Amino acid sequence: MKPLINTAKKLALAAIIASGSFAATATTLLNVSYDPTREFYREYNQLFNTHWQAQDNPAATVRQSHGGSGSQARSVIDGLDADVVTLALAYDVDALRKRGELIPENWQSRLPLNSSPYTSTIVLLVRKGNPKNIKDWDDLVRDDVQVITPNPKTSGGARWNYLAAWGYALKKYGSDEKAYEFVEKIYKNVPVLDPAARGATNTFVQRRIGDVFIAWENEAFLAVEQLGRGEYEIIVPSTSILAEPPVTVVDKNVDRKGTRKAAEAYLNFLYSDEAQHLAAKHYYRPAKPEIAKQYLEKFPQVNFFTVDEVFAGWDNAQETHFNDGGRFDAILEAIARARR
Amino acid sequence: MSQSAARSVIPGFGITLGFSVLYLSLLFLLPVAGLVLFTFKMTWPEFWAAVSHPQVVASYKLSFLASFIGASINAVFGTLTAWVLVRYTFPGKKIVDALVDLPFALPTAVAGIALVTLYASTGWVGHYLDLFGIRVAYSEIGVVIALTYIGLPFVVRTVQPVLADFEKELEEASAALGASRLTTVRRVILPAILPALLTGYALAFARAVGEYGSVIFISGNMPYKTEITPLLIVAKAEQYDYNGAAAIGVVMLAAAFILLLMINGLQWWASRRG
Repeated sequence: MKPLINTAKKLALAAIIASGSFAATATTLLNVSYDPTREFYREYNQLFNTHWQAQDNPAATVRQSHGGSGSQARSVIDGLDADVVTLALAYDVDALRKRGELIPENWQSRLPLNSSPYTSTIVLLVRKGNPKNIKDWDDLVRDDVQVITPNPKTSGGARWNYLAAWGYALKKYGSDEKAYEFVEKIYKNVPVLDPAARGATNTFVQRRIGDVFIAWENEAFLAVEQLGRGEYEIIVPSTSILAEPPVTVVDKNVDRKGTRKAAEAYLNFLYSDEAQHLAAKHYYRPAKPEIAKQYLEKFPQVNFFTVDEVFAGWDNAQETHFNDGGRFDAILEAIARARR
Repeated sequence: MSQSAARSVIPGFGITLGFSVLYLSLLFLLPVAGLVLFTFKMTWPEFWAAVSHPQVVASYKLSFLASFIGASINAVFGTLTAWVLVRYTFPGKKIVDALVDLPFALPTAVAGIALVTLYASTGWVGHYLDLFGIRVAYSEIGVVIALTYIGLPFVVRTVQPVLADFEKELEEASAALGASRLTTVRRVILPAILPALLTGYALAFARAVGEYGSVIFISGNMPYKTEITPLLIVAKAEQYDYNGAAAIGVVMLAAAFILLLMINGLQWWASRRG
């Protein structure tokens, strides 16, 4: 099915290109991204074009594709013609190397700051007035609290949630066993396990199930903004994970299409002051420290840890925690046993 | 072959058979063969471990049992609907007739969200069911409801034309010969529509086993409890375990094929008896 869809996409793309072929010098870039970056990149594309044309380049048309981070990565591996990918986690980008040999081994060191021009973190979203008085991760294991978070097996975002809780417990209680117990208790409080972040938001907001929703900070801001101010409150935990959504040029595609120059400029410009401010406007934390400093009020300070520090990289985290037979499976089994 | 070609009113047996085989191969056999080929990359113990994990087994039970219940509900109420649509005229009949096809056209995700909005404990219907302690959304009942919803048109649309062709005189003859209403339904009407009903049943069942979009919104997706098999296949693909995903897919396909074969056998038996 997938190759068929990709073929259809390519045909559609060919039609688009053919119809505009008289403007032979125009560049078309395809940015394959994940769900919540849609509004940011829509605005960024205009910003980039202004900058790009000011340097005597013809206008560049940037097309965007959004979806779940993992399935977006699979589409690119299966042949979707992405010039750049801007996904939710390094594990998905690294799959382009491991399973498609589309990018080189050192892809993440090609751009500053781990190739992550904007960052985010995992926060807790609660209902108006914080009726269950939730202050930090410790409140999520209480018996009277229901937690909404998607299934980390199917949702990339949910993996950040899980690792944030694990890292917090590991730092506070000092051992993997204690961290395991802590995370197990959290998942015991999860009444509905949605396959993707969007569904989980729906469960928490529309169905009004659960007391606390574990979410990316930028999505929590969006929820508060779009679903009515005052309906929800963001609780920033004392310690959380630094979410670094990385970007990269897809070497194999840009070299074939001859779009490398534009694609690289497109990503480099993400580190410009204007783009950093734009990221902050769309609720991502600017990665450049001097810009981030200006937003301390919007983005409160958190004790950050990274996936590399605590879990020795995504490959390791995936293997130990989320693959079949990993610790998350053990948690599910334990909960199922307890319920019987 | 030459004999059947000679007897047929319309010539071209060879070319139509060739076309059918090619068409089925391209559209159906190739993807299935690809699925099976994927599993050949696994060793036998790997395959067995992937398809017999307790979490996977729990999902088979839910998927097949809920599909069975959903198709059974449809067999009863679908036949009833078809009967009403064929035998009676009432204002708005055309609209009701068209509504029956809606589950075909509506994106399944929309159906799932609509159903959960109704049946969640905050929803219009779920709110009242909650008073009696019945939880529909995020339980096995929710899965059955979603699978019943998507399967409804199959039974109605297969039974409807048979009922329309059914001669009323047969019923009248039955009554004239002294049969009670129940006997007429049991001995005259039911045998006539049984083959079509079984076809509709098989279609509704097969559709339900493979359904994904609508169920994941209403089931709550709790592993070992309300997690359907197609969701586990997606989870495997998400961790780039294509072999494991294909293995579970093959088991589902084989099980569904055996069950459909049994239903087809029943249908053959029913049509011979009729």
